[in-house]
Amino acid sequence: MVLNIFTDIHNLLLEYMSEEATHITELILIAAAYLGIFAILGLLLVWLERRVAGFFQLRLGPNRVGPFGLFQTIADALKLVSKELTGTVKADSQLYRIAPYFVITTALMSLALIPFSQEIQAFDINIGLFFLTSVSSIGVIGIFLAGWASNNKYSLIGGMRTGIQMISYELSVGMAIVTMVVLAGTLQISEIIELQKDGWFIFQGHIPAVIAFMIFMIAGTAESNRVPFDLVEAESELGAGFHTEYSGMNFAYYFLAEFVNMFIIASIAVVLFFGGWLSPFGITDAIPFAGLFWFTIKVIGVIFLFMWFRWTFPRFRIDQLLTLEWKYLLPINMVNIVLMALMVWLGLTL
Amino acid sequence: MEEFLTDQLKTQEYFLNMGPQHPATHGVLRLLLKLDGEIIRNVDMDLGFIHRSIEKMCERNTYKQIIHLTDRLDYLSSHMNNEAVCLLVEKALNIEVSDRIKVIRTMMDELTRISSHVLWWGVMGMDIGALTTFMYGFREREMINDIFEETCGARLTMNYNVIGGLRYDLHENFVKRVKEFIKHFKKKLPEYDKLLTNNVIFRKRIEGVGYISEKDAVAYGLNGPTARGSGVSCDIRKIHPYSAYDRVDFEEVIFTEGDSYARYKVRIQEMWQSLSILEQLVDKIPEGEYRVKTKAVIKLPEGDYLQRVEAARGDFGIFVKSTGQKFPYRVKFRSPGFANLTALNKMTQGLKIADLVAVLSTIDIVVPDIDR
Repeated sequence: MVLNIFTDIHNLLLEYMSEEATHITELILIAAAYLGIFAILGLLLVWLERRVAGFFQLRLGPNRVGPFGLFQTIADALKLVSKELTGTVKADSQLYRIAPYFVITTALMSLALIPFSQEIQAFDINIGLFFLTSVSSIGVIGIFLAGWASNNKYSLIGGMRTGIQMISYELSVGMAIVTMVVLAGTLQISEIIELQKDGWFIFQGHIPAVIAFMIFMIAGTAESNRVPFDLVEAESELGAGFHTEYSGMNFAYYFLAEFVNMFIIASIAVVLFFGGWLSPFGITDAIPFAGLFWFTIKVIGVIFLFMWFRWTFPRFRIDQLLTLEWKYLLPINMVNIVLMALMVWLGLTL
Repeated sequence: MEEFLTDQLKTQEYFLNMGPQHPATHGVLRLLLKLDGEIIRNVDMDLGFIHRSIEKMCERNTYKQIIHLTDRLDYLSSHMNNEAVCLLVEKALNIEVSDRIKVIRTMMDELTRISSHVLWWGVMGMDIGALTTFMYGFREREMINDIFEETCGARLTMNYNVIGGLRYDLHENFVKRVKEFIKHFKKKLPEYDKLLTNNVIFRKRIEGVGYISEKDAVAYGLNGPTARGSGVSCDIRKIHPYSAYDRVDFEEVIFTEGDSYARYKVRIQEMWQSLSILEQLVDKIPEGEYRVKTKAVIKLPEGDYLQRVEAARGDFGIFVKSTGQKFPYRVKFRSPGFANLTALNKMTQGLKIADLVAVLSTIDIVVPDIDR
């Protein structure tokens, strides 16, 4: 169901220009809207993280600027925008400047696939999940380049760790997704959600789905570089890791992209396991845009889990990180895929 | 393949400058690391960034004035440092202090020890990546600081000891507050274990890391909890009891594993012991004077004097050579952190950068104590 407001805009534009021009204008409008979503999401999540951190750490968090301190992050962003973009003399200046754009571009591209509600999804292709995983692996290049190009040993170590960590954990994320794709039988995100009308996949796939969810959460935390896998930044060891030499808006790109990536990971988890924008028992299916509410609630729940990890656990060491991935997660994952395939074949799913 | 790698890809060891401005070096300590990838081959320690020549300053000050300078050494055990100077002068001049003074000094010592260990615990978690512990540690430290503030008027550099006793009498709320704290802390210490000690990641990070044998520990002159983690018995409170330590019942905490986790456990157990000492003394603070009258100008007879106390980080010693003047001829502080830091290179051979941070944290250094 395409809602009237979108067709209205389409018709309105058609009155003034040709069909092709309308298409291009619409694309630009959508791109601008997503840029806005990117910024707002990033800032809101930074605010949420601070409040959650305050909740865990016996303090209040930002609560002075605006209601509940909501404008604090906006003020911080304004500060970052107005700051000078410094750089080191011996840095590889071109790569150094390009690097942040890899990260935000890929984050934005992934964002286009996120189904905020039944009506709001910019880009619904039949290989949606495949596209998501491939795009998110390009994001690593941005961090990697930042580490190499900064000409700083701390950045370099951070960059090396990124290469090792992201490439390893991408396998687990990918295979956890594959497990659920075996159950769904499709890669298209809207179809995956429609299939969950009778029951979310975490219930439909019961045991293998729960295992896949746990692996996805662990590997997803690693993919978004958060504690206990924040070796890339590891402030007590490397200062700020790969973005040590970045300032102002260049730093803010990394900062916002990190939070948007967390949102994307949480969204994929919600799509794959908790029925995306579907309401529980279909109670609000008739109301337009109600999906947005349910989707947000679910994503915030998963994000809260990520934040809970962050403010509870210590950090892994690089060799332990690799042991966890290659010796535990990956073998379990492989067995899990076979288990899921068997269950689907034998019709044991609920 | 391996030949290809060694021929085509030249690898080399490199140096990494860690500090003096670095979040993990606990102040202005500079470590020069020789690294092979992430593996540590050598650690050079560079000191002197906050050298204030306190020992030299002591030579121009009277004995009463020296006391407040010792606050600035190991600022987390300032009360013990003050006490060392007072005990030294009192012993040299045969000043007998009342039981009340002794008991109060002991209680303050233990409160200081807990506040120092609690801060260490918070920072330890933070170094390993668990940022929340820092705030939890500060919750308890805040309570102790409030107790200090009421009685001494200061929270960090208390300067509460004077030669012949204490600067002020106890605040009327002291006993009540200490009892509240004991009750509170008894509930919170098991929480520490839940949050960090029994955490799988934490255990994996520090078990078996930073090993130092008992023999090496003695050879490097380690002391305090750091040495007791390697099985060296070195508690000054037991060996040369001072103040009221001869009349309280407590155990010297010793673990023999010699790794970071052993050092961690020593400090956690020491907090329990301190708590038990406080419990024993809090109801039995004797009545009496809080200060013995001393001469306005204190002159130590000619000779050498030494006083050791068990500070939060270990054996704090003060050596004074007097020529009979009102100023000491020479003052030497034996700080626990300095000896403990020397073993860092030995402990971290072949470990990773992340381990170095963890080991440095279990040594529990305070840089102003090392750089006097």
